[in-house]
Amino acid sequence: MYKLGIDVGGTNTDAVIINERREVVAEVKYPTTDDVYDGIIHAIREVLKNSGIQRSEITQAMLGTTQCTNAIVERRHLAKVGLIRIGAPATTGIPPMVDWPEDIQAVVEDSLVIRGGFEFDGKELAQLDLDAARSFFERIKGRVQSVAISCVFSTIRSDHELAVAQLCREIMGEHVHISISSEIGSMGLIERENATILNAALYQVAERFTEGFAKSLADEGISHAKIYLSQNDGTLMTMEHARRYPILTIACGPTNSIRGASYLTHVKNAIVIDVGGTTTDFGVIQNAFPRESSAAAVIGGVRTNFRMPDIISIGLGGGSIVRRQPDGRVTVGPDSVGYKITSEALVFGGQTVTATDIAVKLGMANLGDPSLAAGIDDDFAVQAMDAIREMVEECLDALKLSNEDVDVILVGGGSIVLPKELAGTSHVYTPDHSGCANAIGAVISKVSGNYEQLVDYNQIPREQALAQAKQEAARLAAAAGAIPETVEIIEAEDVPLAYCVGNTCRVRIKAAGDLA
Amino acid sequence: MRKIGLNEVEDIALGASLLGAGGGGDPYYGKLMAIGAIKECGPVDLVDPEEVPDDAILLPIAMMGAPTVLCEKGTGGNEYQVIYEMVSQYLGKPIYAVMPMEAGGVNSMLPIAAAARLGLPMVDCDGMGRAFPELQMVTFTIGGVKATPMALTDEKGNSAIFNTITNKWTEELARAVTMSCGGSVTVGLYVMTGAVMKAFGVKNIVTRSEMLGRAIRCVKDQDSLPPEEAFLRSCEGYRLFRGKIVDVLRETNGAFNLGRILLEGIGGCRGQTAEVSFQNENLAAVVNGEIKATVPDLICLVDTETFTPVTTEALKYGKRVLVVGLKCCEMWRSERGLELVGPRYFGVDTDYIPLEERAKGGNGYV
Repeated sequence: MYKLGIDVGGTNTDAVIINERREVVAEVKYPTTDDVYDGIIHAIREVLKNSGIQRSEITQAMLGTTQCTNAIVERRHLAKVGLIRIGAPATTGIPPMVDWPEDIQAVVEDSLVIRGGFEFDGKELAQLDLDAARSFFERIKGRVQSVAISCVFSTIRSDHELAVAQLCREIMGEHVHISISSEIGSMGLIERENATILNAALYQVAERFTEGFAKSLADEGISHAKIYLSQNDGTLMTMEHARRYPILTIACGPTNSIRGASYLTHVKNAIVIDVGGTTTDFGVIQNAFPRESSAAAVIGGVRTNFRMPDIISIGLGGGSIVRRQPDGRVTVGPDSVGYKITSEALVFGGQTVTATDIAVKLGMANLGDPSLAAGIDDDFAVQAMDAIREMVEECLDALKLSNEDVDVILVGGGSIVLPKELAGTSHVYTPDHSGCANAIGAVISKVSGNYEQLVDYNQIPREQALAQAKQEAARLAAAAGAIPETVEIIEAEDVPLAYCVGNTCRVRIKAAGDLA
Repeated sequence: MRKIGLNEVEDIALGASLLGAGGGGDPYYGKLMAIGAIKECGPVDLVDPEEVPDDAILLPIAMMGAPTVLCEKGTGGNEYQVIYEMVSQYLGKPIYAVMPMEAGGVNSMLPIAAAARLGLPMVDCDGMGRAFPELQMVTFTIGGVKATPMALTDEKGNSAIFNTITNKWTEELARAVTMSCGGSVTVGLYVMTGAVMKAFGVKNIVTRSEMLGRAIRCVKDQDSLPPEEAFLRSCEGYRLFRGKIVDVLRETNGAFNLGRILLEGIGGCRGQTAEVSFQNENLAAVVNGEIKATVPDLICLVDTETFTPVTTEALKYGKRVLVVGLKCCEMWRSERGLELVGPRYFGVDTDYIPLEERAKGGNGYV
């Protein structure tokens, strides 16, 4: 029994195989190709060869991919969507997509706001107008294959959305793609509706990458594996689920690398620094899951509110160019020789002083021909390393939640250029296999369930409300495929509503467990 | 008179989040309402206070309730018409223009949506010059203007007009109705004449808000001054502190978000510490034990790189902020003004000393 993990990044496609004891058996990197499947197939072929295992022994295959992000940002392969919002007489003061960039508004072929929806306490805001929904679906039938449905306070009660979805299927046929806001976003109607529209527009992209991945596996003779896709919260979803909720794959790359780093070190709370050739990503691992950002996630100019990892990126990597400025300071980056490092860095016979050359000069790494870096001025090298240290320490500090020292995990191919002694840290880990941390993150992921509700603690005591919410989240995780005995609560928060009389709080719980 | 279109709305919303002084609610949903109304009904006429006839009837517009609910329900768009009709029928007179009551936070945007949908002008004036948490905390109160008759409506069409004996009662009754209506309603209150507005309003505040928004947006576009200097100069702000948030101590009490922000100096403030206390809005800034500013002056936290205002909801460890003081309007500095919104009203045990006096190194040690 083996698991195969693939991560398709902008530069490299990584593949790893792990065994039942979750040890890394083989890992490879292959350049990402324009046609991503070519890169995937080559990576699979190579990792299989290196591992020496039988294809039939692979029982699970996990894929992390950035294709949904690219499709939205580049406005490519997006499908036409019909949007129906349930919420009148509320919400009509804010028409759908009112602040979207014009070039992406075109994905919505037709839209309508109908009566219905709920108040914050679950009362009906207005009676659901199914007649209006019916005529809308008759109007768009044949014009669109994908429908987005949003509803006021559907995170509290989803019955209006579900009733409209059923009607949609009756009128437009079994094959229509339906995206429901309560299954996609959290509180905040407009951001949730936006995410739902994007999700609806991605159905063809999702079909392509799920089928493409399944086909690459089949072509390589891996026919017994169950296939999963990485989500941006560090958990997995099935292929069927990914086809319905492709938007949840957005930004899964950094998440996977954070999770992979945690797995490789067995450290559950730390800051992860992923150093590439050009950029370095800083993220936080909390209880073995990435910390989510509190800021609204804007994707391709569209504001959404679903969970994204809290990441800081800076222009520092193994290929960062090092130079002395006119004022005498030594700077590192933000420009980089990038993938040309193997020809342009000094230690590889090139002419450009890179961060890698500094690391080799200072004896921190042994790479290329160290004698070629020997000519770098000692003082210059020390100043360059000081500059790197300052950049890194500042980002570390910006991510910390308190003044206490934290553990740090260094991963990524460029991590050799970072000093191992950093201020504000208690221990710096540099695990093996760190170059493929993202593919490892994909392959060891769990499955999760999220639950969100507004609760008045004057009516339901806090303890009781939290216990109920935790139970509900655990049930959702099991429904997503987790082994019930392994499910644990990984996040719990309750935030009081500002400017609101009473004791109403927003309760959010996330539970996750191992895959069956 | 000039036009307020989509671009102006962007800048006013950004400026309004600065005038929120940490509170007031995120103007984002209000901005969407203003954009929606302008796209449907066209730009809004912003009139200078001096252009308004003395006998003209003016209607301040605001939302009441929880911003979190507003972020689900928005508004229906027809609320302004309902309020307009209620108030003009009640008074037996037509309404000349709408205006903001609170220029800070989400309430800066609703009058723009109202003006667009009603086809009325909006007066460049409000009753706070910032954001405050309670209904009676407006300069109009100094002028003896009553909050009532106050018209309230929800998006469903339920409406009420309140006549109360004190503003405290207005607050209490209106909050109860607001919760029954679903937690977020639109109100028209402090109806007044042009003459009263000229005597007691905070004039040209919408224009100031727009200017502040533009200043934040354009800081990076100029290169004659270091960004921080350019920002402070264009908003006429006082640099109180530059630091990193090291802790946020929160407690909640009824409808209020209370707490203290602890900061550790960075850059020129290295080695120093500061503390900002808040109750929805920021109340006092203390640097090295010395009070540097208190309400009613505005204490604003902005990002040190982008100068984007940081609200109390978004505070977290490690965030680097510039603490900026902005002068409040002169009326708040009067005896009557300080009774309403002075430091002692908010439980900060100190006399009010204007920001610019404290900046000179006046007394005020604690």
